[in-house]
Amino acid sequence: MKLHDIAFNNLRRRKGKVFFLVMGLLVGVASVVALLTTTSTLEEDIAHKMDEFGANILITPRSEGLSLTYGGLSLGGLSFDLKEISQQDLDKIKTISNAANIRIVSPKVFGVFESNGNKALVVGVDFPAELSLKKWWKITGKQPEYEDEILVGKEAADRFQLKTGSSVDIKGETFNVAGVLETTGSQDDSLLFMALPVTQKLFGKENQVGMVEVAALCKNCPISEIVAQISEKIPTAKVTAVQQVVEGRMDTIHNFRKFSLGISGLVLFVGSMVVFVTMMGSVNERTREIGIFSAIGFRKSHIMRIILLEAFVVSLVAGIVGYLAGIGITRLLLTFLTDHAPHFSLDPMVAAGAVFLAVLLGLVASLYPAMTASRMDPSEALRTL
Amino acid sequence: MSYIVADKVAKEFGNGDGKVTAVRSIDLSIEQGEFISIMGESGAGKSTLLSMLGGLLGPTRGHINIGGIDIYSLKRDKLADFRREFMGFIFQSFQLVPYLNVLENVQLPLAVTHHSEAAKKSLALSALDRVGLKDKAHRLPNQISGGEQERVAIARAVVNEPPILFADEPTGNLDSRNSAEVMNLLKKLNSEGQTIVMVTHSRLNAEYADRIVEVADGGIKDMPVIRVVC
Repeated sequence: MKLHDIAFNNLRRRKGKVFFLVMGLLVGVASVVALLTTTSTLEEDIAHKMDEFGANILITPRSEGLSLTYGGLSLGGLSFDLKEISQQDLDKIKTISNAANIRIVSPKVFGVFESNGNKALVVGVDFPAELSLKKWWKITGKQPEYEDEILVGKEAADRFQLKTGSSVDIKGETFNVAGVLETTGSQDDSLLFMALPVTQKLFGKENQVGMVEVAALCKNCPISEIVAQISEKIPTAKVTAVQQVVEGRMDTIHNFRKFSLGISGLVLFVGSMVVFVTMMGSVNERTREIGIFSAIGFRKSHIMRIILLEAFVVSLVAGIVGYLAGIGITRLLLTFLTDHAPHFSLDPMVAAGAVFLAVLLGLVASLYPAMTASRMDPSEALRTL
Repeated sequence: MSYIVADKVAKEFGNGDGKVTAVRSIDLSIEQGEFISIMGESGAGKSTLLSMLGGLLGPTRGHINIGGIDIYSLKRDKLADFRREFMGFIFQSFQLVPYLNVLENVQLPLAVTHHSEAAKKSLALSALDRVGLKDKAHRLPNQISGGEQERVAIARAVVNEPPILFADEPTGNLDSRNSAEVMNLLKKLNSEGQTIVMVTHSRLNAEYADRIVEVADGGIKDMPVIRVVC
């Protein structure tokens, strides 16, 4: 008979009490694991979705420019020493060290279309890339598939009286309107979109690119690093991060993380209170036997060891089972919260953390009850008969 | 000098207007190997006196000396060690630990000693043998009778062979047949040299002792022993 035999016998023969003690801690641990794993997975998911939602880096030809203003009136500006971006430069973007973060590269070239005195900007685009970048586009008709097909903004369609299926002459060549964009509320409404190679040829800009929009996944990398890396690869271009977009996205992700940490903290606090109250109740129930231990010669440290050992075993079991329960809840939650199966893996660090946290919480919450028990006056404890 | 000496011990609970004097001033000397019964009305302070003599409750005034040691001058842990080494306790209502079996209950005082596991088990079985319960070593307390539970409590009190045994109403919850068995057992232990200090309200049980003292009005007085049972 050693002190640990007393603790183990108590746990073994008071299964009901141990069950409730384990449950108290288990609920806390499972909630935290489920919350952290779910938010971490959703964070990843949200970041991906947001990064797909529009460009966050703009590459334009580098030029020296003057902005002319006088007396608060804008008199326009002028650009000089313009350095073009070539088609080959685009391939260099894929060679930066953070290339894995580059999701979409959408080059553009511009030209002016004129018909019956009306003018509109023609934008040559890589349709698959452009459509991935602008997921909010809604097309009446279909996406252009062939080189002689174009996409027309709503305002431009109205101005030039174009509709799906009609044809239009641009620079002497006939193009069919494959689709008309529904109103977007942006400049896209007044543009005509056609395939990039055709536009380059039509406007005599072979191998040239007027602007490149890039969508980079920036959850785990600072966007400024990607900007710097692209600038280094294409020195003739001016690379800028669309700060408003980038910061907005990072803010959303940070707020989401803060929210999940706040909720986890709250659940942990409630969990630790449950353990504390349960342990305190358990100690109060055992006043009589703690009085006996003390009367027959157990030191304060002996009594503390019994209670803390019991707390350790209970917390360990609650930690392991709580982690498994938390993972189960996460799997269940994610099937409801996402429309596709997000990347989800068992992280040994989270497992170790959950068990460590449970044991730490169990021991800390039991420390005061254990100290109270060890300080109990034996004659006072025995008087509670 | 006597083995156990209570020197003008007093115990008061509470303070101010709510102060209650449980023991006013008691002088008591007990010799080694003596069996003494402490009697008194309910609330007379006999259990308080026993707790003070047993190192469980510090007196408000006065000293308790056992074997020449002023036990309340010891630090809390040292006093716990002293109790483990020199004292055995038989409490009211048996006070067995419900989730430990009979053998484990008897081994409790040995749990924090340096005996080997085999020696602990052997000592506990020997103590159970002395009280006639060796065959019920693996039963839980709720699986044996009240008289048997009291005998287990006695076995636990003597398992580490302490020089002094304190018993607080050891037959309080027993019928007359079981009471007689327990008292005979205590008398037998005393005849083997065990010092016993017993609190009882039963005159019949008190007569088993060598000496009877009565606690009344916070003080103490000797009473005659009329030996009718042995």
